[in-house]
Amino acid sequence: MSGTAVMRFRQPSVLPGFGIALGFTLVYLSGIVLIPLAAMILKSAGLGWAEFWRIVGDPRTLAAIRLSFGASLLAASINAVFGVLLAWVLVRYSFPRRRLADAMIDLPFALPTAVAGIALTTLYAPNGWIGQFLATLGLKVAYTPIGIVIALTFIGLPFVVRTVEPVLREFDREAEEAAATLGATRRQTVFRVILPSLLPAILTGYALALARSIGEYGSVIFIAGNIPYVSEITPLLIVIRLEEFNYAGATAIAAVMLAISFSMLLIINLIQAWSRRRFGHDG
Amino acid sequence: MTVENMLVPSAAGTAAPNRYEATSETRGVRIVLIAIAVLFLALFLLLPLAAVFMEAFRGGIQAYFAAITEPDALAAIRLTLTVAAIAVPCNLIFGVAAAWAIAKFEFKGKSLLTTLIDLPFSVSPVISGLVYVLLFGAQGYFGPWLSAHGIQIAFAVPGIVLATIFVTFPFVARELIPLMQEQGTGDEEAALSLGANGWQTFLFVTLPNIKWALLYGVLLCNARAMGEFGAVAVISGKIRGLTNTMPLHVEILYNEYAFSAAFAVASLLALLALVTLAIKTFLEWRFADGIAAAGRSH
Amino acid sequence: MSRFRRSIFAAVITSLMAVPGWAQTTILNVSYDPTRELYREFSAAFTQYWQQQTGETINVRMSHGGSGSQARAVIDGLDADVVSLALEADINAIVEATGKIPADWRSQLPNNSAPYTSTIVFLVRAGNPKNIQDWDDLVRDDVQVITPNPKTSGGARWNLLAAWAWAEKKFGGDEEQVRNYVSALYRNVPVLDTGARGSTTTFVQRGIGDVLLAWENEAFLALEELGPDRFEIVTPSISILAEPPVALVEGNAEAKGTTEIARAYLEYLYTETGQTIAAKHYYRPFKPELVDPAALERFVEIELVTIDSFGGWAEAQPRFFGDGGIFDQIYQPAN
Repeated sequence: MSGTAVMRFRQPSVLPGFGIALGFTLVYLSGIVLIPLAAMILKSAGLGWAEFWRIVGDPRTLAAIRLSFGASLLAASINAVFGVLLAWVLVRYSFPRRRLADAMIDLPFALPTAVAGIALTTLYAPNGWIGQFLATLGLKVAYTPIGIVIALTFIGLPFVVRTVEPVLREFDREAEEAAATLGATRRQTVFRVILPSLLPAILTGYALALARSIGEYGSVIFIAGNIPYVSEITPLLIVIRLEEFNYAGATAIAAVMLAISFSMLLIINLIQAWSRRRFGHDG
Repeated sequence: MTVENMLVPSAAGTAAPNRYEATSETRGVRIVLIAIAVLFLALFLLLPLAAVFMEAFRGGIQAYFAAITEPDALAAIRLTLTVAAIAVPCNLIFGVAAAWAIAKFEFKGKSLLTTLIDLPFSVSPVISGLVYVLLFGAQGYFGPWLSAHGIQIAFAVPGIVLATIFVTFPFVARELIPLMQEQGTGDEEAALSLGANGWQTFLFVTLPNIKWALLYGVLLCNARAMGEFGAVAVISGKIRGLTNTMPLHVEILYNEYAFSAAFAVASLLALLALVTLAIKTFLEWRFADGIAAAGRSH
Repeated sequence: MSRFRRSIFAAVITSLMAVPGWAQTTILNVSYDPTRELYREFSAAFTQYWQQQTGETINVRMSHGGSGSQARAVIDGLDADVVSLALEADINAIVEATGKIPADWRSQLPNNSAPYTSTIVFLVRAGNPKNIQDWDDLVRDDVQVITPNPKTSGGARWNLLAAWAWAEKKFGGDEEQVRNYVSALYRNVPVLDTGARGSTTTFVQRGIGDVLLAWENEAFLALEELGPDRFEIVTPSISILAEPPVALVEGNAEAKGTTEIARAYLEYLYTETGQTIAAKHYYRPFKPELVDPAALERFVEIELVTIDSFGGWAEAQPRFFGDGGIFDQIYQPAN
């Protein structure tokens, strides 16, 4: 490797260790992530376009993708609303056990998904703690798409809170005061001044929660009814295809999911680039 | 930016004092908002957690300890600890190397590299397990070669470790990158100009600056590594006492009508999650100033 | 590179040589969900028997899951010495994909390699509040049926075929009506779990549904484990003879040098001990004469059709459960 090639590739720096750090990063990244994912794409590419589209365009696959997307969108939206509210309450107000509440936010992150799934099913089944009250109202949660939304809301809860919290904390209160001085009501200040500048953070959290929810498996399968066309999520369909020895079907659906994941990340990056340009801070 | 924002110390600021009279809500609105927030947290976070422990102790304390000291449960605990003990250090080394390259240097393709590092975070766990089956399974690309040489990866501990590494891949790196980017290269350049070599600079200048962020990354990486279900389920083979991790053991017990035992093992995992959160909160509280300073220093 | 490869070889060879030295011989039985209790007891009995016979201490490991997913794992390299699955079709899948099991495996052990049989019965709530007596009650509007997904669960395939067999008799073989009946049945299914155990949990623990279509052994076990006062078994007028087969995975066992033990393990299923343990865990033993008659009393006579009336698994599997097969058609939205 010649020095000039490296110079053109990166800007000069006196710090050592670039070659070894980047080299190790690339080797590790390739070995753990890129090559395995490439192998999967290769496998699904072996199908040929016609077969690939036949599998992906299958009504059951489409129904599963629609469900995964729909439930994730709904769950992320719930989290966007409550996430902002939680972040607001945690940053702006003081109340007993505030620190405990703040620490609890990360629970869905640390709690294994299977444990979460079993616990939520125990709560929301028709004979569960919450389920029995809902049942008297004629509302079924577990084993319906609503159950899936509940599980995904649980999984995505930390994302919006944790992206909005730091931005809100550093928010310039003078802007609020200025708005108040200029005669804006509190409601106007909140909706016209504060929320718009929180928007990139909210969007980032929303997209992160969405990206995480679409692929979620462990917590959902226990609480979803797993009925084809009704409550069968996409990752479950991959597992089912696999268990039917239908590797082609499994990898084709997985490839679509992978494309979705990748575009979600790109969208997140775009939001952040936009936010940096517009507000001078990350989302 | 992305994942790491989850991990950003949340204690850096404190609740607003009441001097912002003009820019605060009325007392009534405040109480309503707090009530909604607390209710939401209780409903979505506390109740599931309480359910786990209630169900775990339903059979009494003796049954609880019998369930978690049973040989298969112990084997599952041992396997889970082993897997985490391999996966977390691997991702720790990777995280530091990646953060060093990305945060301290400018080079082409950096944003693509960052996106690729994030990729495992948004890939479905099921796919994470599937890719290794496709590579190392008997029908996979390397499968025939591996079995000809008597090497077991899929349905053995190496496969479980790989899937776990995949799932927890970005945690340490994404925690360090923004912090190190913000810290810039000034400290390191100064150390180098004073005659320190590369390693010394890293050990005595960079490492102290990033230690808390590193610890957060490791904590969450560890919690995820021990709790992963979907990816491991696809590649484990579920051999009792051999390739059965704790989350899989929970499912197995659950399927054997041993509900209390299932929740007993689940409660161990939940306890682990709580300990993780407790350490994290303790660090934030104890070292809040240091973390804030590390976060702001340039 | 070549040195790297050589060091791997060296490591592999040492580990291969080391294994018999420090570890006791281990065989792995990859099985399906409802056999957990059966094989826990049987494996312990066999270990003891083998020690008495040869003085060698062995270790039998178990893996349980949905029959299809277990077969998939063996195909992908799960190192099973023996498989004991819910259906012939799942073992055939291993035969086709890997060749590790000889094509004539069914003839290697008595009764087509099925040491015990079972059938499909109904489990209903105590007192049978919905008065469910036979298959036609399952399509009533007020009845919810719990059964797992036939795509992933072996037991669920027997369920569907049993329902089909009844309907075929009832409608005199009019396939249109039979299909309508089976579709109506699955429209009453609120939860489609991936395995038989998942369905039992849904029915028993979550209180969903009015009737569980279950393996007879699973129904008895649920009764025993979860309270005879809470459920009762209803025997339908007609059901299917389910023959869960076992097979030696020769390719794996030969590589590990465990063929002899693995074969003895399977043969032991046909002895008095094996048959008694099977009966104890509510499987109908292939050789009832070896078993204490008292243990057989609970097995009610039912008219049983066999898989042969569907042309055997080779024909039934693709027709009913293949991609685009009858089960897929049931769930296709009408349009």
